[in-house]
Order: sequence, then C-alpha cells, then structure tokens
Amino acid sequence: MRHARIERWSRVASPLHRRHATAKIIAALVMLVCIATLTRQSLWCCALYLALLATAVPLSKLPPARILLSAAAVLPFALCFALVSAISGEPDRAVMLLVRGYLSSLTALLLIATTPMPELLAGFEVLRAPRFLLQVMQFLYRYLVVLMEEASAMQDAAGSRAGSIRALQLRQATGAAGVLFARSYGRAQAIHRAMVARGFDGHIPEFRTHRFLVPDALFAAVAAGLAISVRLVLP
Amino acid sequence: MRNIVEVRELRYVYEDGTEALKKIDFELEAGETVALLGANGSGKTTFALHLNGILRATSGSVVIDGIAMSDKTLAEIRRRVGLVFQDSDNQLFMPTVLEDVAFGPLASGKSPEEAAEKANAALTQVGMAHKAGKAPWHLSAGEKKRVAIAGILAGDPKLLVLDEPTTFLDPPGQRGLADLLESLPQAKLLITHDVPFAQRLTERGVFFEAGAIAAKDRIPAIVEKFGW
Repeated sequence: MRHARIERWSRVASPLHRRHATAKIIAALVMLVCIATLTRQSLWCCALYLALLATAVPLSKLPPARILLSAAAVLPFALCFALVSAISGEPDRAVMLLVRGYLSSLTALLLIATTPMPELLAGFEVLRAPRFLLQVMQFLYRYLVVLMEEASAMQDAAGSRAGSIRALQLRQATGAAGVLFARSYGRAQAIHRAMVARGFDGHIPEFRTHRFLVPDALFAAVAAGLAISVRLVLP
Repeated sequence: MRNIVEVRELRYVYEDGTEALKKIDFELEAGETVALLGANGSGKTTFALHLNGILRATSGSVVIDGIAMSDKTLAEIRRRVGLVFQDSDNQLFMPTVLEDVAFGPLASGKSPEEAAEKANAALTQVGMAHKAGKAPWHLSAGEKKRVAIAGILAGDPKLLVLDEPTTFLDPPGQRGLADLLESLPQAKLLITHDVPFAQRLTERGVFFEAGAIAAKDRIPAIVEKFGW
C-alpha cells in the first residue's frame, strides 16, 4: 500500500532512527526557522543546508533518490506562488520560494521518515505541544489512510465499470466525492468504536519507552548548532 | 453458575426516533457460548454494542459480571468485555502486530513491559507469535482475525463478543477459527449468519427479529422455526 511507505521507512534501524524523537524535533524546528529566514542573497547558505540535509539521508539508511524525489512533492504548490512572484518582476524571490519550499519539505520528510508516528507525537508532547493539536494529528494520520483506502476502492470500482476513472463526468465525480466522504465517515466511526472498545481515551499510549540520553542531547545540539552557525556566518 | 451478562428490558432508540431494541431480556452464564441469529438490521450488533458501553441504553439495565453499566463503571466493564468487530481492518490500527495487541493493556495502565508480556502471551495463544513484528496490513484475512482476537485476549476479558467472525475467511480459516474459539475458556457471544459455524461452538441460539428477541432455543429448532 502506498501510504505504508513512510510508515515502513520510520521503522528502519539507523543512527538517525535511534535518536529520541524530541531531539529530532528540536533539530528540525531550528532548521525550519533558519530556512524560513533565508533571503535572495543566501545562495551559499541554501547550498550548505542542502548538503547538510543530504548528508543526513545516508545516515538514515533510507533510499536517497526516493527521499530527495519525495521531498519535491511540495514544489507544484510552491510553484504557484513562485509564478506570481516571477510575473510581478521578482525572479530571485520566486527561486527562493522554491528553494525554501524544497528544503523545508526535505527537513520535515527526514523527521517523519525516521520517527514512528507514536514516538513523534510523544516527542511533541514532551515539548508541551497542545494535547488537542496532537490528538488532531493522531486522527488525521489514521483517517487520512482510511480516506486513501476508500478512494482507492472507489477508483477500482469506477474503473472496472467505466473503463477508466477519467471517463467520469464532472457531475458524477462530484457525486463520487460526496460518497467518498460518507464512506470514509462510516469507516472512521467503525475504527473509533473499535478503539474505544479497547480502552482508547483520546491518547494512544507509547509502546516503546525511549529515554532521552546524552547522545540525543548531543545530536540536537550539534544539528541545531550547525543550522544556526551556517545562518549566522553566511549572508 | 453465575451470570456474566444480565440484560433487563433494554431499549435503544436512535435520535430519529427509530426503536432499534425493544425490551430485550438476556442472560449469559460464565464460560457459556450463545449464538445471536437474525436478519441484517434485526438489532444483533446494536445489542452487542451495549454490552461494552459503545452504545448506552435508552432505558433498561445492562449488568456485566455483577457490575451495572454506568459512566463510573464503563472502563471496568470494557476490560471485561472484548468486542471482536466484523472487519478486522477497522480493528487493527497500530503499525505492528505486537503494538496493536499491546494497545489494550497499555490503555488500561499497564507498563510497556507488562503490556508486551500480555501481548506475546495472547499472540502465542492464537498461534500468531511469529508475526509479532509484521505490519497488520501484510497479514491474510484469517491471520488478521486471529490478531484481532489476540488484541482482545491481551486485556483478559471474561466475555468475548464476536461480530460475524467468519466474514472474509475461507473454509480452512473458518475451521481454524472455530478450533481457536473452542479452546478459549471465556464466555462467548457469536453474532453470525453462519449456522454450521455457530452449531459447532454451541447449541444455544437467540433469534433477533425487528429489534426484539423472537426466540431463545436450540439452534436446530430456531433454524426450523424461522426457515433460517
């Protein structure tokens, strides 16, 4: 299943996977803030950040080409804004939008591809992220999968009768979208019932208790320190 | 033998006013197995959801193992009643089999070590210990059902409620499931359309019709009376 890829990646054994989720979240957040402050003069900075993140990919023992390519999934969205900037006579700004988008996406992808979801949520909880927000993330993650499975089943059903999903007219497609949400709602309710029946109280307990150790603190300090140093030293 | 389930005059009315259950009286003894038979929409699953507090009675009472259903006793009752849902894919939501089976014990406050021990024991009981590290979506339908049952057994329930347990299972899978259920000492409530499967596990049946119990009898008698 397509949605299982990141889940599978997050269960690989690597030096990066072994680090505590909190350490990785801190490093990623610092990196994201540094990336957000990049300006059109920060080309060297961009190159170094890309090198830094690219170095982390082999450390994670994940397929480099797939990771670097998957991070580009954000580019079509960034391209819309970049086009507006380019048309309004700011090509440098347009390029920076794309670069910042890609680097941010790569950072976030490395975080979620090296941290199983329950550990990631526990890591955010340690950092005092709002409980409600974490619950929303938890359910979004679970139900996004449901939505994708239902969409895939409906696509197969429509394709088997219409020859191709593309043969659907706009009106039919709109109706199908409504059915998709109704079906997904039904399944989501069934899943929620099954979770409640087994004692779910709004919180998925963490199975692996992962202690924050000295290497985790060192990792967070070095990664965050590198990101900040690069940003301070280079324009 | 004492009753593990005592239901008295249970009524359930949906928000739109539809009466889904009409004054149900039902008892089940500890260790006993009963099959709930009846057409789709006759109220079997709605009834079963009341035993675990997923649905709450509009009127009437539900007593599990001597504990009356209420907001205060809900957690305790859920520990005693394990629901195995029809579609195992809805029930298995953790990334690995072991983590999924350990979910119930963890949610009830057990330490990760204790939860792992309970989960491993339950997986061994259903013959799935060798799949502990696998992702649930990589299992066959029969294996998923066994893991779903292990997830319930890990919580040490006194009553197992199985909703259409043979759905999606091939004949060897159905036989394997019947063998497994026969070996479990807990009281069992089987919601099923599969009469031969039900008859292999119990003689006693309850027939639901339009939200009410139409008959409590031996399964062959029910089959004959209702042309089932």
